[in-house]
Amino acid sequence: MKVFIALLQKEFLQIRRNSFLPRLIIAFPILVMLLMPLIMTMDVRNVNIAIVDLDHSSTSHRIASHINASEYLSLAQSTAEYPLALDALKHGDIDIIVQIPNNFERDMTISTPERISITANAVNATKGSMGLQYTVQTIAKALAELQCEKSPINVQELLTVENRYNPTLNYRYYMIPALMIILFILICGFLPALSIVGEKESGTIEQINVTPISKLTFTLSKLVPYWIIGLFVVTVAMIVARLVYGLSPVGSVATIYFGAILFIFTISGFSITIANFSDTMQQTMFVMFFFVMIFMLLSGLLTPIDSMPQWAQRFTLLLPPRYLVEILRSVYLKGTTFIELWPNFVALGIFAIFFNTLAALTYKKQA
Amino acid sequence: MSDIVISVKNLTKQFGNFVAVDNISFDVQRGEIFGFLGANGAGKTTAMRMLCGLSYPTSGSGTVAGYDVMRNGEQIKRHIGYMSQRFSLYNDLTVLENMRLFASIYGLSKKHTEERATELLNQLNFMSERNTLVGSLPLGWKQKLSFVIATIHHPDVIFLDEPTGGVDPITRRQFWELIYKAAENGTTIFVTTHYMDEAEYCSRVSIMVDGKICALDTPTRLKEQYSANSMDEVFRTLARGAKRGG
Repeated sequence: MKVFIALLQKEFLQIRRNSFLPRLIIAFPILVMLLMPLIMTMDVRNVNIAIVDLDHSSTSHRIASHINASEYLSLAQSTAEYPLALDALKHGDIDIIVQIPNNFERDMTISTPERISITANAVNATKGSMGLQYTVQTIAKALAELQCEKSPINVQELLTVENRYNPTLNYRYYMIPALMIILFILICGFLPALSIVGEKESGTIEQINVTPISKLTFTLSKLVPYWIIGLFVVTVAMIVARLVYGLSPVGSVATIYFGAILFIFTISGFSITIANFSDTMQQTMFVMFFFVMIFMLLSGLLTPIDSMPQWAQRFTLLLPPRYLVEILRSVYLKGTTFIELWPNFVALGIFAIFFNTLAALTYKKQA
Repeated sequence: MSDIVISVKNLTKQFGNFVAVDNISFDVQRGEIFGFLGANGAGKTTAMRMLCGLSYPTSGSGTVAGYDVMRNGEQIKRHIGYMSQRFSLYNDLTVLENMRLFASIYGLSKKHTEERATELLNQLNFMSERNTLVGSLPLGWKQKLSFVIATIHHPDVIFLDEPTGGVDPITRRQFWELIYKAAENGTTIFVTTHYMDEAEYCSRVSIMVDGKICALDTPTRLKEQYSANSMDEVFRTLARGAKRGG
C-alpha cells in the first residue's frame, strides 16, 4: 500500500510538471462539449431548391411560397428553363429541382395532370434523400391545403405528431452522450498508454522492473490517476451540457456516473494492454487509432446500430462504448433506471474486469 | 550465508538462432569488485540482465544473493541494485523525490528514508541540489546520483552497466571512489566498462568475447598470463579474435 501511494504521488507529480497535460485535461472536455454539438449536425438544412415553373398559376406560386417558408428548404432560383436549373445543380448551387408542368393547375381540376418532377443531387446521399423527403412533404402540404380549401375536412388535422423523449428533435441531445464517450476514449484511452510507453522510451521502466514492485501495483498506479481524471471529465461534460444546452438527465445522475466509471475502467485497462504490447509511441498510437476508429464509428455513437446489417449488429456486442451510449442516452432522455439497464452494466463490468486483468497480466517485468 | 554472492553455471541466452550469451560460468565473492569486460555486442548486458531478473535464461542456472535466476527473479530484485546503461531515473522529479520514490519502493520506513536520503546527499555533496529536477543535472552528476540511489536499500550486489560512459575523468574518479566505499562496506559490485584503467581497479576481471568468457582472473595475473603491460593490451589480444560486434 505504501509503495502504491508513493507511485501514485509520482504519477501526479509527473502529470502536474508536464507543461501540456494538465491544460489539455481541462481544455479538452470544455472545448469539445462547447463546440462540437454546435457544429456537428445530421439535420439537413439549407437545401437549395430551384423551381422550374412552366405553369405560372396560383398553385405553382403556392408551392413556391411553401418551399420558401420551410425551415429546411430555401428557394434559390426560379426559372422557366430546366437546362438552366440542371446546370446550377451540376455546379452545386442547387440541390433539388422542382419542375411544375405547363397547365398543371388547369389539369388538376379536370383530370390527372402531368406530374410534378423532382430532381435531386444525390452525391451526398443523406442530404439528397432527406432533402427530397422534405420537398415532397412540403409540396404535398401545399396541395393538400389547396384541396381542403374546397372540401370541409383538412387532411393534415387528422394527424397529430409527437416526438417522445426529444420533443424538438434536437440532434444535439442525441450527440452529447456520444461526445462524452469520445472524450473518455481520448483522455482515458490514450493517456495511460502514452504514459507507459513514455517510460519504455525513456528507459525509466527498466529501473522499475529491476525493483520488487508487483505488476499489479505498478499497473494500478498508472490506472488510478486516469480514473480520477475521467471522473473530472464526466463532471465537466455534464455541467457544460446543462449550462450551455439545457440538457440535464431525466434519470439519475448516479446511474450516469456508475456507467461512466465502468467505461473509464474498461478503456484505461484496454489502453494499458495495448501499451504492454508496444515498444514505441508510434506503435501505440497507430494501434489505438485503429481501435478508436472502430469504437467511434461502429458502436452507435454517430449512427444508429439498428440500421446496421445483422452481422454487424452482432459484432457491436463486443464494443464497450455501445453499452455506455445506450445507458447515457436512455438515462438522459428517457429517465431509464439502473434496474432496466442492468444488462448494459453487467457487460461493462465484465469488460472492465477483463481488460484490467489483461493489463496486469501482460505487463512483463522479465522477458 | 556463504561468501559466494553470485554463482553462475552454463548460463545461456538465445534469441532465435543468435546465441547472445554462450554457456558462461563464474562465481563472485562477497565484497568483490567484479569487472565484466567485453567488446560491444559481446553479451555483457544480456548476461547482466539475466542476473538482475530482467530476462529469463534460455538454459543453465545461477543464483544471485542466494536466489535462483530462473525461478526467484522477484526475490533477487529485493537484494540488488541496478544501474542501466541508459540513465533511468525520473527526469521530471527532483533529486530528493527520486530518492524517496525508490526508498518507498524498496519498503524503507519514512524515518529511515529521510535518514538515508540525508546520508546519501551528504555523501555526494548534493544537499544544495536536493530540490533540483534530475533532468537538469549534468551527466556526471546524474550517474553518481543513479549509483547512490541503487544503493539506497543496502543491497547485497550492485550491477552497474557501463556507469561511466561519457563521464569526464574527474567525475569518473569520484564515481570509482563511491564504488570503493560501497565495496568496503561489504557490497559486491558487478560492473561492465570499456575503460581499461577502470578494469585495473577491479578485484577480478572477466573478458567476454562473442558470448563466451575467455579470461577470468585478477588484473595482475591476467597481465602476466598474456605478458602484457596493461589491461588494455590484454583486452586487445583477446578481443581481436571476436567475430561479431564492433
